[in-house]
Amino acid sequence: MGWHVVFNPTQRQLSALKTALFIACLIPLARLGWGLWYDQLGANPIEFITRSLGTWTLKFLLITLTVSPLRKLTGWHWLLRLRRMLGLFAFFHVVLHLTAYLWLDQFFDWQAILKDILKRPFITIGMSAFVLLVPLAATSNQAMIRRIGGKRWQQLHRSIYVIAIFGVVHYWWLVKKDVTLPALYAVLLVVLLGVRALWREQERRRQLAVGAPMTQGRGKITAPQ
Amino acid sequence: MLIRHPAEIAPSEITPRGVFERRREFLKTAAGTTLGLALQPMSEVFAAEKLAATTPSPFSTLEKPNSYKDVTTYNNFYEFGVEKTDPAEHAHTLKTKPWSVSVEGLVKQSKTFAIDDLIKLAPLEERVYRMRCVEGWSMVIPWLGLPLAALLKQVEPLGSAKFVEFITAADPKTMPGVSSRVLDWPYIEGLRLDEALHPLTILAVGLYGEVLPNQNGAPLRMVVPWKYGFKSGKSIVRIRLVEREPQTSWVKANAREYGFYSNVNPDVDHPRWSQASERRIGEFLKRKTLPFNGYADQVARLYAGMDLKKYY
Repeated sequence: MGWHVVFNPTQRQLSALKTALFIACLIPLARLGWGLWYDQLGANPIEFITRSLGTWTLKFLLITLTVSPLRKLTGWHWLLRLRRMLGLFAFFHVVLHLTAYLWLDQFFDWQAILKDILKRPFITIGMSAFVLLVPLAATSNQAMIRRIGGKRWQQLHRSIYVIAIFGVVHYWWLVKKDVTLPALYAVLLVVLLGVRALWREQERRRQLAVGAPMTQGRGKITAPQ
Repeated sequence: MLIRHPAEIAPSEITPRGVFERRREFLKTAAGTTLGLALQPMSEVFAAEKLAATTPSPFSTLEKPNSYKDVTTYNNFYEFGVEKTDPAEHAHTLKTKPWSVSVEGLVKQSKTFAIDDLIKLAPLEERVYRMRCVEGWSMVIPWLGLPLAALLKQVEPLGSAKFVEFITAADPKTMPGVSSRVLDWPYIEGLRLDEALHPLTILAVGLYGEVLPNQNGAPLRMVVPWKYGFKSGKSIVRIRLVEREPQTSWVKANAREYGFYSNVNPDVDHPRWSQASERRIGEFLKRKTLPFNGYADQVARLYAGMDLKKYY
């Protein structure tokens, strides 16, 4: 199981790496804060902040989804130890993104917000992605993994694939005309999900070839991706 | 009809200080100081107009105009890129002189106007208008321009002319966004003839008492303040009077989301977002969007009997 991977490099090195990554993950927000303070966010800072927090949520989601394929490609199993932090940074940014929408953009006009959620498909799907992300963030700790059990935890966390798709669609549907940027995120996501599907299929065939008499292996849960 | 009293102080006089300082440079230029003479040759033409102190228009709003910086750095002008900051960064390549506009189609006599002649067709007026973008933001902008009607009068539209089509510049060499296929170039807009002749409809050639910056549609653009901003085509090269409703760029791009009329209407939402409110650039709280962008008293009668949900 992925989170049981033995960490070979020293604990101290990993801690240093984690600290460095933590600081690096705060840079986008720091830049936003700096830009706001020095009035560098253009004529419509509220739109800039909301968009920036949204795109950084997507970036963190994609980075989180890159960990496992990268680990498989490089054999660096310790990469997995950084994944939770990256996932939680995605959640952190989506909370700020949602806050920006509720507070800065709508100023807690709940009637307008409710109408938005029900009537605007891009908001409906964005809000769905957020709601689905909440249980993942809430279970992103050792205690919860122990409590719900590895397999179920893993199944639950596979919803990240759907969440990422929802996130990209949310972006795609909100742009006025030029979908270049959403398309770029979509391509990256297709690649990240595609390699998983590919590897899973390869694994299934390998198992079928090896243990032809024991075909029950087909339905088994494969290694976490 | 509600006609507001003109402001005692022309909004061009409550310009941010930086702009004022640049105006002094204009005067110096006009006076023949060598400094800056080569920079903006066209400004000399307008410097004279500026000094003539155009009378405030009764059509101007008394609301506080957005800063020169906001108006010139937050633009939709896809010929220079789709980001709001793109036009300010890239539009400097556009050559606005020489520039001429041909007015043709169903007219008694087609004519081509050099920009310098065109601005003399009527006294330039300052019009401080609200501008509401279909994306849900708005500004207040002190334009300088002349009624479109003054130009159309010159060519004498025929009785068969029902619509006016505006064709804008699309030069891939000077307009980098034209190489992208985000819209069908050239950008085309259109109005019904009565909308085009309405006194609120102007051809703008200036902004804040200065020559129109390239990113705002130099050297001349439409301003139709009761419609969403995209209806006001920029850097116009050809105007055609036609019998049928013109195929405009945004209608071609997505007819369900962008209609030919595109009058500002809080009761008709964009299919993907609400049009009930707007963010005035520079303000924190959103404002309620007004029917016809607050110009209902002047223009609502143009649409009497029309179903505005159908003709959006």
